[in-house]
Amino acid sequence: MISDYFVLAYKNLKHRGVRSWLTLLGIFIGVTAVVSLISLGNGLEMAVGSQFGISQTELITIQASGAGFGPPGSTSVNSLDLDDLAAVEKVSGVKRSMGRYLRPGKLEYNDKLAFGYITNVPDGENRDFIYDNLDESAVDGRLLKDGDRGKVFLGYNFYVDKVGLDKPITAGKNVLINDKEFEVIGILDKKGSFMFDNAVFMGNSDMDKLLDVGEELDLIIVQPVDVNDMDRLKSDLERALRKSRNVKEGEEDFTVETPEAMMDTVNGVLGGIQAFIIIVASISIFIGAIGIINTMTTSVLERRRDIGIMKSIGARNEDIFMQFFIESSLLGLIGGFVGSVFGILIGVAGTAGIASFLGTDLKPSIDFALIGFTLLGSFLLGGLAGISPAMSAAAQNPVDALRG
Amino acid sequence: MKKGEVEPHVIELKNVCKYYYMGENVVKAVDDLSLTIEKGSFIAIMGPSGSGKSTAMNLVGSLDVPTSGTVYLDGEDISFLTESDLAQIRGKKIGFIFQSFNLIPNLTTRENVALPMTFQGYDEFERAAKAEELLKLVDLADRGDHYPGELSGGQRQRVAIARSLANNPEMILADEPTGNLDTKTGDIVMEFLSKMHKQGKTIVVITHEPELAKKYAEIVYWLKDGKLEKVTQKKNGFTKSSKDKLNKLKYSEMK
Repeated sequence: MISDYFVLAYKNLKHRGVRSWLTLLGIFIGVTAVVSLISLGNGLEMAVGSQFGISQTELITIQASGAGFGPPGSTSVNSLDLDDLAAVEKVSGVKRSMGRYLRPGKLEYNDKLAFGYITNVPDGENRDFIYDNLDESAVDGRLLKDGDRGKVFLGYNFYVDKVGLDKPITAGKNVLINDKEFEVIGILDKKGSFMFDNAVFMGNSDMDKLLDVGEELDLIIVQPVDVNDMDRLKSDLERALRKSRNVKEGEEDFTVETPEAMMDTVNGVLGGIQAFIIIVASISIFIGAIGIINTMTTSVLERRRDIGIMKSIGARNEDIFMQFFIESSLLGLIGGFVGSVFGILIGVAGTAGIASFLGTDLKPSIDFALIGFTLLGSFLLGGLAGISPAMSAAAQNPVDALRG
Repeated sequence: MKKGEVEPHVIELKNVCKYYYMGENVVKAVDDLSLTIEKGSFIAIMGPSGSGKSTAMNLVGSLDVPTSGTVYLDGEDISFLTESDLAQIRGKKIGFIFQSFNLIPNLTTRENVALPMTFQGYDEFERAAKAEELLKLVDLADRGDHYPGELSGGQRQRVAIARSLANNPEMILADEPTGNLDTKTGDIVMEFLSKMHKQGKTIVVITHEPELAKKYAEIVYWLKDGKLEKVTQKKNGFTKSSKDKLNKLKYSEMK
């Protein structure tokens, strides 16, 4: 009997064609938004995170920041220097610390100019640590090693000509960096962030010679002994730096950032976007439910004669109720199903897009339990929307209904 | 059945009234109507428009409940039944045929014929087999997959006849079954009803065509201003006085 209701409901929905599809548009859009959002999963997080230059490392980053204290016009940043690095090294819980440079620079090739970052590659053990920790490898040629002089490797965007040079750069070519000639010995694999992909990497001594960096540092990278002890280490580092830079608490002209804190910022932004999408999706689903009530009410009026016929040939009130109720539920279910399919497609395509953009291996997070729940939910929502129209259908007097 | 035992009437109406209240006016659509329909009879109910024919037909078919009086369906007082129980019994015991066919437009012929069985809980295979058999009976076996909109009026009415037989009811109630058909197709439809009658079904036809009533009915009732008059009983042809009476019923009066 129940299966008969489904067959009848399906026939009626099919009969109404375009109107049925328009009715389930609201539910469809809402479900598509939610399912695609969830299927994208942490792909979205990684995509946004990488744009902030955050990789999945367990490193603490220290940066100088313009504290903004003092008379106007004196907001120039008080850079980090080797004294600060020495102070950091003494803090207990620091396994390794190193200074890094990140300077704007220009690169000339094929008689054209490109601008990007020049960053240093430390020597010895620290260099291997950086390569390992940032998962750096060469896609063409090789990375720098001990004893390299007058040699650089470049970010991926130079290799695929995304920096406006009109000619890709490959290993073995010579380029001018800040008007000095260097040999490109390799290209860094794609990282998905302009901080890496637009950067020029050179050895410490070359960097010092070219830019005269002196005692100034742009970043201090700290590797903790215990990654679970980041928060304590962060406050110890802050205390040590306040002392070495001679600033009071609350007036720090530097920031100490743990990857968690950076990810929190990213997740905060992402959470806001997700909340917004979910609100829009909820409104869409709510409007979808109202649309179903509307369509079903119209449908009851249009099919008064059919109701009269069915009652005269033996349909009980509950038969009529069930028929409209199931029809309405089915509208919800189809909306949910089509929405889920589209949501998964968007999730899969989006994840593939992010993965190829970041050059990493990402899988869409398709949660079948959640999709089952979504389908059940849209089925129930459709049914809920159909209760009142179905009751009014069941309550039709057969004689009046037969008159149409 | 033992000798002397009275077979229950299919439908019995006792002092049935149906009033409609329109403001201060009371419209007596049916007034103190008593009517017994015996098993196996062929009855025609005639009357001009506004005579309460439709109301009478709804009461006889237990689609409507009376304002006062009692309706017995197979010996059972229907006023004690819930709406749903009544629908069940109606679906089982009465087959309806309507002037405007009343098929469900988005179901195929076969599905329309099978629909009454759905509400009696028959499974899909039983329904399909029976529908096929019934379509064959009304010479529409090759039209099972067609939709009502693709059939002629006569064919649609034959589908309706097949549908009315689906639950093997005791009585077929036909409201102006030929009203929307030309004479020739109307005759075909009436021949089917006559055939059903010969197979033992009780047939009640509501019509305003004296020719049909004369040709097929055993008993003709004349309804006027909500009152019923038994015009004639045909056993071996109508009596002369009955014939005169029937002939007096002018077609113009029926409309």
